[in-house]
Amino acid sequence: MVTKRIIPCLDVRNGRVVKGTNFENVKDVADPVEMARIYNDSGADELVFYDITATFDGRKLFTDILKDVASQVFIPLTVGGGINTVEDFDRVLKCGADKVSVNSGAIKNPKLIGEAAKLYGDQCVVLSMDVKRVEGSFRVFSRGGRDDTGIDAIEWAKFGEANGAGELVINSIDTDGVRGGFDMEMLSAIADVTSIPIIASGGAGNMEHFYDLFKTLPRIDAGLAAGIFHNGSVKISDLKKFLSAKNIEMRI
Amino acid sequence: MSNNVTAIVDYGVGNLFSLRSSLEFLGCDVIVTDKKEELINAKRIILPGVGAFEDAVKKLRQTGLDETVTVCAKNGKPLLGICLGMQMLFDNSLEYGNHKGLGLIPGSVVPLKGKIDADLKVPHIGWNKLAYKKDEDLFKYIDSEAYVYYVHSYYADTDDSYIIANSDYSIKVTGAVKNANVYGTQFHPEKSGKHGLLMLKAFCEKE
Repeated sequence: MVTKRIIPCLDVRNGRVVKGTNFENVKDVADPVEMARIYNDSGADELVFYDITATFDGRKLFTDILKDVASQVFIPLTVGGGINTVEDFDRVLKCGADKVSVNSGAIKNPKLIGEAAKLYGDQCVVLSMDVKRVEGSFRVFSRGGRDDTGIDAIEWAKFGEANGAGELVINSIDTDGVRGGFDMEMLSAIADVTSIPIIASGGAGNMEHFYDLFKTLPRIDAGLAAGIFHNGSVKISDLKKFLSAKNIEMRI
Repeated sequence: MSNNVTAIVDYGVGNLFSLRSSLEFLGCDVIVTDKKEELINAKRIILPGVGAFEDAVKKLRQTGLDETVTVCAKNGKPLLGICLGMQMLFDNSLEYGNHKGLGLIPGSVVPLKGKIDADLKVPHIGWNKLAYKKDEDLFKYIDSEAYVYYVHSYYADTDDSYIIANSDYSIKVTGAVKNANVYGTQFHPEKSGKHGLLMLKAFCEKE
């Protein structure tokens, strides 16, 4: 049967991988190509690259890096950041991406989800959502978690699925960087109303947190994290052995 | 002629960056081409493909490369179809209608939906364990459990004698097939990490 996936996320700015806590105080960690190779060797099931540069030069640097990664690492690659049009899909797919993650671009233009799904297939379109609790409901935030869009996250997830998103990334701003565990309440609420694969993001601090995620919420397909993998406090090879020993199916 | 070229058929379907890169990474002499001559002169051919069956087979026929690929395969040239490229090797596909394939392996391409357990998702996406025939050439470099990466909604329904690997998705989903010199994988070897590369390496040694 299909395994659960462990996915390291690499935020790239000006050609370097960075990781912030609660999206602020971004700190440089390492070279993306080197890190991709290390993660591939340690058994990562997929890699996610977010381009967090805003400039044209930065974007060019990012696609060069993506090509470099895709010529050396042969596992699925998901790319996000600055995806606003189908031309942006085309640009990163040509550089070796397999899936493209849309976030703010889909909020600005919700038709983008359906247009891209039609052109490249549902499996290619990942709807990534930064979600935070506001006045008792789950609210979608845009621009890297800075702006409250007023959109209800449950409705947005349903809209995404109905319009051809093949997968959802749910990133909880409330638990991101805190390392106290995934946001089970938020994930469960969204899993209950959708049937496409869900990648949980935000809050993983140790190996137990991944076990809790897959054990408590069997509907969740993958766990995504950045900092704990980048700083070596959780090694992917150890994590997969740990989960496999606890009967969570893993690619070992 | 002493070439050792592996030719990837370029008929305007999908993204060939990763496939080409994976062969280059392995040190293979690889070309991506839409020219009949280059396919005829190559040592072996890879037929890739993503998207819908009808559209892909139509594009392949428009280029006339369907005939070249078929003739080469019938003359004994090693051929590897990947994903939709594998599906096109069969007699027909029931994806949105009934469309004719290349007929290089007997069998039909049929929907997963209705065959697999109702609570399982379609497309079948992700890493799944591959049960493979140990004595098959394509797997000669693999000596352990192998997981491979799938993305598909239809699968090949064919005689067991052509199936060299499968994966469990409540039913046995056809993973890899072989009919003499014609091979196919439903999964993406170019996205299946180390084990996928080892299969491509084995294919690129075929004469």
